[in-house]
Amino acid sequence: MNETPLWASESFWKKTAIWVTAGSFLILVVLTMDSLSKTSAGSKRVPAYTVINKKIDYQYNKELHKSMPVIGENEFLFGKEYTEDEARQLVDLGKKTTQAKNCMNCHTLLGNGAYYAPDLTKAWLDKGWISREMREDMMVKFLMDPENNARTFGSNRKMPNLDITEQEARGIIAFLKWMSSIDTNGFPYNFKTIEAEE
Amino acid sequence: MSMNTSGLNGVMQNAAALYEKSRACLNNFKSWVQLDSSHLSDGRQLAVKYFTVAVILFFAQILFGLLAATQFIYPGFLYEILDFNVNRMIHINAMIVWMLFGFIGSVYWFLEDESGTEIVGLKLGNIAFWVFTGAVTLVVLVYLLVQIGPGKDSSLWFINEGREYIEAPRWADVGIVLVVLIFFYNVVATFSKGKWSGIAGVLTLDLVALAGLYVAGMFYMTNITHEQYWWWWVIHLWVEATWEVLVGVIMAWSLMKLLGVRRKIVQTWLYIEVALMFGSGILGLGHHYFWIGTPEYWLTIGGFFSALEPIPLVAMVVHAVYDAGTHAFKNGNHPALAWIIAQAFGNFFGAGVWGFMHTLPQINIFTHGTQWSASHGHLAFFGAYATINIAFFYLAIQQWRGNVWMGGGIQNAWRWKWALALLNGGVLGMTIALLIAGYEQSFIERAVEGSTWGGYFAAQNHPSFQNAMGWRLFFGGMTFAGFILLVWDLLTIGKSETRKAPEIFES
Repeated sequence: MNETPLWASESFWKKTAIWVTAGSFLILVVLTMDSLSKTSAGSKRVPAYTVINKKIDYQYNKELHKSMPVIGENEFLFGKEYTEDEARQLVDLGKKTTQAKNCMNCHTLLGNGAYYAPDLTKAWLDKGWISREMREDMMVKFLMDPENNARTFGSNRKMPNLDITEQEARGIIAFLKWMSSIDTNGFPYNFKTIEAEE
Repeated sequence: MSMNTSGLNGVMQNAAALYEKSRACLNNFKSWVQLDSSHLSDGRQLAVKYFTVAVILFFAQILFGLLAATQFIYPGFLYEILDFNVNRMIHINAMIVWMLFGFIGSVYWFLEDESGTEIVGLKLGNIAFWVFTGAVTLVVLVYLLVQIGPGKDSSLWFINEGREYIEAPRWADVGIVLVVLIFFYNVVATFSKGKWSGIAGVLTLDLVALAGLYVAGMFYMTNITHEQYWWWWVIHLWVEATWEVLVGVIMAWSLMKLLGVRRKIVQTWLYIEVALMFGSGILGLGHHYFWIGTPEYWLTIGGFFSALEPIPLVAMVVHAVYDAGTHAFKNGNHPALAWIIAQAFGNFFGAGVWGFMHTLPQINIFTHGTQWSASHGHLAFFGAYATINIAFFYLAIQQWRGNVWMGGGIQNAWRWKWALALLNGGVLGMTIALLIAGYEQSFIERAVEGSTWGGYFAAQNHPSFQNAMGWRLFFGGMTFAGFILLVWDLLTIGKSETRKAPEIFES
């Protein structure tokens, strides 16, 4: 009479827990393999590192209702065309430097990190660099000596001097340029780039 | 030469004097605190070591949080001495590590009781404790004194990996995995020698996942999309899956001990929670894959499954409150039960409600990377994890004093009640302040200004944001006051108590 119904029994939930966990994990593994292959450098969503040789923009696509990266004609970085290997090495140096300098505990990258300084996802395209002609030079100077080239926007918040070498600064800029070409499903929304007409 | 020798002698004498002085201080402290370790089994003596370090790291978390919060208001504060990134890194790392210390301590606390035998590798467990503690100290010292390095692999190996939450340099990653493996061995070997239970089974499988997942975050990748993909495997699948289940396990055991809930009920609930937690949490990982370059299907999968994530947390509230109610709140440790109730609600609101509020992609595109996440983070980590660890500190101190009475009418009960109120009120206040800041940022920086640097600073300079940062610091101070009171209470509660705790029987 007092038999426990199935839905309240320990063994039923034990089996459910095991099956649900195993099933979810299996789906995750399959999706992970798919996602990784669709986001390797050189894929449609994550361009090859040589994209730093190109002009990059981020434009609102009316049909898709979101902004999409737009890769244009040649626009060399520091006036040089990089081979595949050189481009990868330069972006790698930049990426490594952003980690070694702990950028992520002030800034966000792809929206992840800390909230004390602006997001870097589309930093390469930011209007704050005034014009395309001035951008590279301003970025190098800022990274190497942020105190004297401070860009505080009236906040009094200054980036500290992180002993970034010129080569590292160039790497960071290449990394930022490459990152700005990643298809981030429309994040950040409503972003107007340095290329946009007022 | 002679000057050198005398200089050296002077240093030696000073060092010896300092050593003597600190030993005297420690002895004074010991005779004041009157804790008697002979009340504890060897396994539980190991557990309280973990708890002690956890409390110290909890202090570090709050201290560096306060420094970082101050910098939001006075950006020049400690500029180029202890910059925001250093303070913030120690703030969140201390949190992760004190929670791990608390969890490991909690498991060691109940391991012998649950398995019915002594811990198998106690000596190994003690060595692992000292290695872990030493490594954490060294990592923090390097964070403070070296801070950053050149853009080379060696920086990632020895200084800082520069990845939020798992900044620890690579050598420490290896150490963490080793320590967790020793812990895992102790758990499995002890249950194997004694007896297994549903709780033991869930715990074992959960620890496999916990240790295994950490390895996913140990690699450097140039491709930031791939790197963040694996990085979230560690962070999300720890915090929103394996940690939650670990807390479910710890909670299950403590409800049996505190209230005398029947094992069958506790274990059935535990399985339900595991099913719901992993069923929603594993694919709920997708809410971190909206904007990092990963395919669009994550918007649907992540949105759907993460919207389900609060359900197990509701179940945990029902479970805890129902059990407490059916036992008419009769229990042997009032502060511990109060913190367990705080856990049930804190977990539900912090992790559940606050997570749900901004988890759908249509909203998240505006809130992602704003103070919204900080608001959620504060309430969730505190509500879900800090609370349960504090409950265990109270369980431990009760036994450390020889299973004394900690029910109604204990002396100086105002201390634990005010510590509870100040800590919860402080964290809740910070959460609300950060939420207001997050709303303001989502609106001004994101929706109106389009997330440019100019937009970012327009939002940061806005009076409502500035005010929110002021309130956050104020409530941070309240949290700190609560912490001080908590430590004072933990050191003194039950000190002159002569009554024994009542026996709680299973019913």
